[in-house]
Amino acid sequence: MLQFLLRRVIWVIPVVVAVATVTFFLMNRAPGGPWDREKALPPATVQALNQQFGLDKPQWVNPGEVAERWQAGERNPLALARAFTDSRYFNYMFGVFRGDLGPSYASKGSQSVQEIIAQKFPVSLKIGIVALIFAVLVGIPLGVVSSLRQNSLLDYFCLTLSTLGVAVPSFVSGLLILLFMTRQFGYSPVREPSDWEGFGQAFLLPGIVLGLGTMSYILRLTRSAMLETKAQDFVRTARAKGLSGSAVVNHHMLRNAMIPVATVLGPAAADLVTGSIIIETIYGAPGLGNYFVTSIGKRDYSMIMGTAIFYALLIALANVLVDVSYGLIDPRIRTSR
Amino acid sequence: MTATSSRTAAPTLAPGTASSQEPSGNLALLTAAKAPRSLWTNAWRQFRKNKLAIAGLAYLVFLVFVAVLAPAIATHNPVQSDIKNAGKFRQAAWVTTDNPKTTGDWSYPLGTDGTGRDIFSRLVYGTRISLIVGFIPMLVILLVGIPVGLIAGYAGGKLDNTLMRVTDIVYAFPALLFFIVMQIALGDTAFGRIWNGLVLLFVTLSVINWTGVARLVRGQVLALKEKEYVEAARASGAGAGRIITRHLLPNSLGPIIVAAAFIVPGAIISEAVLSYLGIGLRPDVRLDAPFPTSWGQMIQQGSTFYKLQVWMLLAPSVAVALITLAFTFVGDGLRDALDPRSEKSA
Repeated sequence: MLQFLLRRVIWVIPVVVAVATVTFFLMNRAPGGPWDREKALPPATVQALNQQFGLDKPQWVNPGEVAERWQAGERNPLALARAFTDSRYFNYMFGVFRGDLGPSYASKGSQSVQEIIAQKFPVSLKIGIVALIFAVLVGIPLGVVSSLRQNSLLDYFCLTLSTLGVAVPSFVSGLLILLFMTRQFGYSPVREPSDWEGFGQAFLLPGIVLGLGTMSYILRLTRSAMLETKAQDFVRTARAKGLSGSAVVNHHMLRNAMIPVATVLGPAAADLVTGSIIIETIYGAPGLGNYFVTSIGKRDYSMIMGTAIFYALLIALANVLVDVSYGLIDPRIRTSR
Repeated sequence: MTATSSRTAAPTLAPGTASSQEPSGNLALLTAAKAPRSLWTNAWRQFRKNKLAIAGLAYLVFLVFVAVLAPAIATHNPVQSDIKNAGKFRQAAWVTTDNPKTTGDWSYPLGTDGTGRDIFSRLVYGTRISLIVGFIPMLVILLVGIPVGLIAGYAGGKLDNTLMRVTDIVYAFPALLFFIVMQIALGDTAFGRIWNGLVLLFVTLSVINWTGVARLVRGQVLALKEKEYVEAARASGAGAGRIITRHLLPNSLGPIIVAAAFIVPGAIISEAVLSYLGIGLRPDVRLDAPFPTSWGQMIQQGSTFYKLQVWMLLAPSVAVALITLAFTFVGDGLRDALDPRSEKSA
């Protein structure tokens, strides 16, 4: 189990390297420099800023620096290797592994990307937690109930709800729910900044909307998995032993039905992260997703790059957690690997 | 469609042959009616039983007509600003206000936007972008993903390993994030400006998703290539090319079609999201533009002005919701009809 866990954690590294490389490569293709403003900065300032943040260095590798050091009498291969990699790409990558995502260009370098992430992410995390709690606490019970009362009115309601939730993207349902709330209940999506401190009711609506898709998936999977276990021999045995209905459902059916449900949590993590970008923008939540959209508007390339890498890391780690959770739920998987 | 419907219409025991649940008393008629049925006929029969799937398909066919006949259906030019006659933020036709410039008028069924453009006409034209942005990336994804998957699955080895590693990474990099990075990086380049960014959008939406199809096809091939009929083909001297095109590809078409049906709504939603974020298509200002606006762009404008004119947001949002629902229904129907392994899931 430990070896399996270790292997999964190590696999996160190449994933992050690949994502960082692709975003770095693409972002460097974008026209316009980081210091482009509506009023052009004086060339001397631009040069000074470039020097300060190492943007005057070559993009991929720095053979010029190696030649210079060699002439100066440097023979230490490690120092020469460092000189060779004294480029924007390698400096950025080394920074990523130290947790340093560089300065945010929109703030003219006064704030680093990781500082902004640390400042904005808690709001996103809280919305994500509400979404996940909603998805699990509503999705699983509804799935169980609708499987136990198959073809009842409640079952049809749950099926319709989950079909809508899976098919309609949170982007559209978020807007429609916002429209409905503003028109029917005079709900104002614009809230005071203080509403987003702590853990107030401001998080409720964005969280629920964000979790709607995942909830529907969980509902669907729980229902079909429960229907499948219903027909299994061990359930019949449990009933034949004279166990009560609730004991059979809780101990025999639900635990086995949870295995396919755990598989959704991986894609759900990706869904919640990308969904938060849109939902936070719609509901004006001051989280990382909302800030990400603002930096898109400002063409703050380092912020966009840093957030993308952070999100990819988050999703990769969530996938590791999901893989581990299979083992915890189902001992058969633990031993077979 | 006509061939199958005439076949089922002729004998009176069509339900007996279709479901074969209750034994028919008339054996002679039963055997006489048994015409040879291909996999596709069977699949169509199965698909037809799913009412939601048929409704979804009908809606999509309807949308194709709307997209093609947009100039005839739209009541006004979708690009031309006409504040003088149309009025700013005119309300929907059934809403009356005191101001004659903003009160509902049936010549502008859903009202007008801030520059006096008819929302209904824009919605009609928006169908075009949603459909091509869904279908063209799907075709590209299939054209790249299927061959790669077939070759990787059949040949194995290095190519196969590379493919699996690439897809592993793609799985970790959420598609939407990648789309955003792509659109920002290339949106302002010369390439990103071709056709108002439509070409870039096609590339963006297909550049990573082919890996999923390749992986799916590879899995199919790995399972199929051990089958007896493939072995028989090989024993009778068929080459790799013949085995792949005649045996492996046709037998993996079912899951491919199902996957394709789910790629399309994904691409449509992605376009809408990107346009909502302001990094999708560029607005086309030419009066005779074939693709003047998309639902995503309409949602973006509507989300700023929905308090003044609710249909600016409501109409395109409902349009996106309905088209994704239709594709989901069709996709579910196709899965039940073509993917025998997941038959129980319904």
